[in-house]
Amino acid sequence: MALAKVNEEIQVGIADYKVANSPHRLITLGLGSCVGVALYDSAAKVGGLLHIMLPDSTQFNNVTKPAKFADTGIPLMIDHIKRQGGNPHRLTAKLAGGAQMFSGLDEKFVLNIGQRNAAMVREILQKIGIRVLAEELGGNRGRTMIFDTANGQVTIRTIGSPLKVI
Amino acid sequence: MSDHQLLTETHMDVLREIGNIGLGNAATALATMVNKKIDMAVPQSKFLAMDEVMEIVGGSEEVVSCVSLRLEGDVPGQILFLFNLNSTLSLVDTLLGVEHGTTKELDEMGESVVKEIGNVLTGSFLSAIGTLTGLNMIPTVPMFATDMLGAVLSTSLVAGGYVEEHILTIETLLMEDHQQIKGHFFLITKEGALETLFGSLGLTL
Repeated sequence: MALAKVNEEIQVGIADYKVANSPHRLITLGLGSCVGVALYDSAAKVGGLLHIMLPDSTQFNNVTKPAKFADTGIPLMIDHIKRQGGNPHRLTAKLAGGAQMFSGLDEKFVLNIGQRNAAMVREILQKIGIRVLAEELGGNRGRTMIFDTANGQVTIRTIGSPLKVI
Repeated sequence: MSDHQLLTETHMDVLREIGNIGLGNAATALATMVNKKIDMAVPQSKFLAMDEVMEIVGGSEEVVSCVSLRLEGDVPGQILFLFNLNSTLSLVDTLLGVEHGTTKELDEMGESVVKEIGNVLTGSFLSAIGTLTGLNMIPTVPMFATDMLGAVLSTSLVAGGYVEEHILTIETLLMEDHQQIKGHFFLITKEGALETLFGSLGLTL
């Protein structure tokens, strides 16, 4: 990973993750049914932000982007945090996203994907033994997530509401 | 997307032309509804990553409204209409016959208006393609969302099962004369749908 300038926001795309050391900030824009997972080692001041789209990679034959899925993306990011000086046993999590964006009467339109993403992320974190300190999950609004690796704060931006720090 | 990899330049030309015919008809329908001249950009047929789809429409955090309809029948797929917030409000004003600037935010009524526009445009698009190909395409009832572009777009694609790295889109921009109304149209097809579409025109994949 290229070194970013101090205090510059490092953007995390859809189905992607980035790891950074303090004082960098990680940002992921427009989470809808996707879930953003921020993992932080407050002692080493290193953290990662992951933007998953789907809960379960085992439902697909050809997985080219493990960061797309909760089950493969989380372990992948933990590995990277470890390489960057973080201790996996010290990690804590903050989560956002998993919303239901659409309304309407089409029964085959998969409405609960946000809920499934959120449930899978929680399940995997629990299995690994990572505590979730705060979460902004569900509802029907899109969210942008800004993760400050200097202090572990996560700021949530939604349309029409003030910023919220979790 | 195995069958997508077999597409040649000729196939892409045909898709563009299909877009032209179908969307020409849809643009006419929109012009009739709003009683204004509607221009249409030349439709593009491309494989795009989700980030690129987003770049076409605007920034990830731009507020848009989105009507999403699934296609059933011979060519399963999904149609998306995306309007930025100002265009959405202008559309609602125009269709409700109230002065421009009256609608300040989207209420239930506004939402129904936008959904109905999605219905009418999709219907006219499909009827032109149906006449051309003899294929049977049935749109489902519209789903609606308004929020950040990134949130809306990714959610609609995931919900429709379009989770590959690159998706084939036929895309255009519909624009009212004074640019008060600008909308993006996307058609995304399911695996196997294109083979049927090309087959109906005597082309193999």
